[in-house]
Amino acid sequence: MRTAQLLEIRNIEKRFGGLTALADVSLTIRQGEIYGLIGPNGAGKTTLFNVLTGLYVPDRGEFEFDGANLVGLKPYRVAESGIARTFQNIRLFGNMSAMENVMVGRHVRTRAGAIGAILRTRRTRDEEAAIRSRSRELLAYVGISQHAGALSRNLSYGDQRRLEIARALATEPKLLALDEPAAGMNATETAELRRLLEKIRSDGVTILLIEHDVKLVMGLCDRVAVLDYGRKIAEGKPAQVQKDPEVIRAYLGGALP
Amino acid sequence: MTGWIARLEQLRTHQAAPWLGVALIVLTLFILPFVLASVGTAWVRITNLAILFALLSLGLNIVVGFAGLLDLGYIAFYAVGAYCYALLASPHFGLHLPFWIILPIGAAVACVFGVLLGAPTLKLRGDYLAIVTLGFGEIVRVFLNNLSQPVNITNGPQGVTLIDPFRIGKIDFSRTDDLFGLAFSGPIKYYYLLLAVLVVAIVINLRQQNSRLGRAWVAIREDEVAAQAMGINTRNVKLLAFAMGASFGGVAGGIFAATQGFISPESFVFVESIMVLSMVVLGGMGNVWGVVLGAILLSFVPEILRYTVEPAQKAVFGRLLIEPEVIRMLLFGLALVLMMLYRPAGLWPSSRRKRELSETDQS
Amino acid sequence: MTVLLEVKALKVAYGGINAVKGIDFTVGEGEMVALIGANGAGKTTTLKAICGLLHHGGTVRLRGEDVSGFPAYKLVQHGLALVPEGRGVFGRLTVRENLQMGAYVRNDKAEIRIDLDRIYGLFPRLAERRNQTGGTLSGGEQQMLAIGRALMSRPRLLLLDEPSMGLAPLMVEKIFDTVRMVSEEGVTVLLVEQNAKLALEASHRGYVMESGLITLADGARSLLENPLVRKAYLGE
Repeated sequence: MRTAQLLEIRNIEKRFGGLTALADVSLTIRQGEIYGLIGPNGAGKTTLFNVLTGLYVPDRGEFEFDGANLVGLKPYRVAESGIARTFQNIRLFGNMSAMENVMVGRHVRTRAGAIGAILRTRRTRDEEAAIRSRSRELLAYVGISQHAGALSRNLSYGDQRRLEIARALATEPKLLALDEPAAGMNATETAELRRLLEKIRSDGVTILLIEHDVKLVMGLCDRVAVLDYGRKIAEGKPAQVQKDPEVIRAYLGGALP
Repeated sequence: MTGWIARLEQLRTHQAAPWLGVALIVLTLFILPFVLASVGTAWVRITNLAILFALLSLGLNIVVGFAGLLDLGYIAFYAVGAYCYALLASPHFGLHLPFWIILPIGAAVACVFGVLLGAPTLKLRGDYLAIVTLGFGEIVRVFLNNLSQPVNITNGPQGVTLIDPFRIGKIDFSRTDDLFGLAFSGPIKYYYLLLAVLVVAIVINLRQQNSRLGRAWVAIREDEVAAQAMGINTRNVKLLAFAMGASFGGVAGGIFAATQGFISPESFVFVESIMVLSMVVLGGMGNVWGVVLGAILLSFVPEILRYTVEPAQKAVFGRLLIEPEVIRMLLFGLALVLMMLYRPAGLWPSSRRKRELSETDQS
Repeated sequence: MTVLLEVKALKVAYGGINAVKGIDFTVGEGEMVALIGANGAGKTTTLKAICGLLHHGGTVRLRGEDVSGFPAYKLVQHGLALVPEGRGVFGRLTVRENLQMGAYVRNDKAEIRIDLDRIYGLFPRLAERRNQTGGTLSGGEQQMLAIGRALMSRPRLLLLDEPSMGLAPLMVEKIFDTVRMVSEEGVTVLLVEQNAKLALEASHRGYVMESGLITLADGARSLLENPLVRKAYLGE
């Protein structure tokens, strides 16, 4: 069965001074799959995320998302074209409520400007109401409705991770890029996260996942790529990748039974 | 003072019996200048100046309070607005345009200056931005001081004199008119005009705060990278904050020039920027009502001191020991220090700032 | 075994939330003790309170001495060292400077130099990068640096907050090997960790926290076999 490709990354290279963070990385993500990106700390996974979302401009290579070339676009344009992300070290708007955080996520899909807000036109009011109701839905979707009014920085770690996902979903992404969503979660919370990610996928959002929880990655992902020192050393189905001696040497060690 | 504003806020939310309250406030504000005038016309002028500063504070509040961009040169926009008015309505160039044309021009020019300041500083934050804006404020003042040659534009340190007052039809804001048996002096007319502008400014501020744009400003203040990732065009949104803030300053400057009839670069020194910033911070950064309160307090308290300190000293010591001006600055400094220690979020803090400054953190 | 750390009726509240609601526990000299539990259970808050970073009720005793309410810097002088969640490496200081900061409370220069070499021996990776700034290190290297920095104060009690967080499996193994080694050298360790399996396998004893209370206390082996723990924290 062939599925349409959503993102194609070709020969991306990114250097910082003398250090090559990404060397000739190519990969393709298909519509509707959960694609795992694993590798040792410092292998370049987050760098690849930052390139994809427009925070870094690659030194070489290009990537095509949903038929358009996104290289060199500003982060907000990338969000507009349908890539949303979360951050490894959780970057919520700490002094805004959970609800407000998600409402900010609606920014890119709404239009109201300064004049509309000042005159409080019919359109602005309708849009504002729509933002609220959509945000409330998303909080319920990730299961933190009860914390809608709480400051995001006062949420528990797991809830903050969920809120970040809700905020990213508010931008109506085609591709959701998650940077270590299970970090700092215990086994039970990770299991809940897994259910959430499966639900998101079944609702039609493609997921790119950086994660160190090997059990989660291997159980959830359709395909996995392994980065080491900025190079892709393996790619394929989880069962296949976790047997790869190179991957065991560089990354897994004795982590799997 | 706090009472009626609180009541006003209550009225906004509660539908029950609002009209009596509103009528009471309107009546109070209507009578106020006549009461003040009976004490002395100076007090009406002081009130007008206080409202002007409230306008400035509301403008700066957009930049500092909402978007979190520390601007230490804000008075430059006030200067731009004032000079726009002075040059287009005085014998200096022989131009006498009506105020309702000049005020929008002043706001627009200040807007452009806001963008001029904003554009090169987009990547700067915190202390670096503060230093650049400080420099910007000084540059504008130095220009005003020196643009008297080769072509005399600003008339240098002498400033511009004989600036036209506002005129609406036959009503001249520099003269006293009798209406319904009441003497409407110039300052009283300006008072009503300023009050109307202030109400508009407050409404703009309040509506911005709870809008898509208002949220984008706060998001940028909280985490710029995350804001970008949410699809916020941080460049435009920041420039909009600078531009909107500046236009408030431009309008206030125009009215200032008209009320005074004379302006010079001396009115726009660095300390004035600090004064406006103090009003914003003291009142409660980010909270519209707090900012207005801060502006009114910081405008009135020094004047009250001026009228009480001297007689008090003479009564106690028989002579003047310390200049009122010195005491004023001393008390002002002391008040700010105490405020920052005991009410760091301001007299009337915005709920958000209050949370930020509470020491608690997530576990 | 003598008791090194004794916590009695510890309570921490902030922002209207009772994060820790009165807990008792001890850590014996030379022991490694794990504190496990869900997010928001109050584990990090407990560590912060012990270190003097949060106001708390109840008493904290260190070798019998009541140190409740001592400021953080004094507690470091008393032999407490915290490796905070998220590592807290000084990003603009070099690796060596970071380590030297760890020895801030000491003034035995010669001994400090010996300890510096000992840390480099423990983490050869840090030796290679001694002149690089902390911010340029990878997550695993930063965790090594944070642990190394804490050890530079020659602590009697090392408090570790989520040392495995965000680390690749190989790196997690390496970090835990090191923690075990440090423990075997005689340093007492109190460990907060999401990865309950890993934490309990490395520790002598464990406490389970739930909503601000300690609900289970036992030897690490028995906790690993406890069906409640297996279900709630080991994902079985």
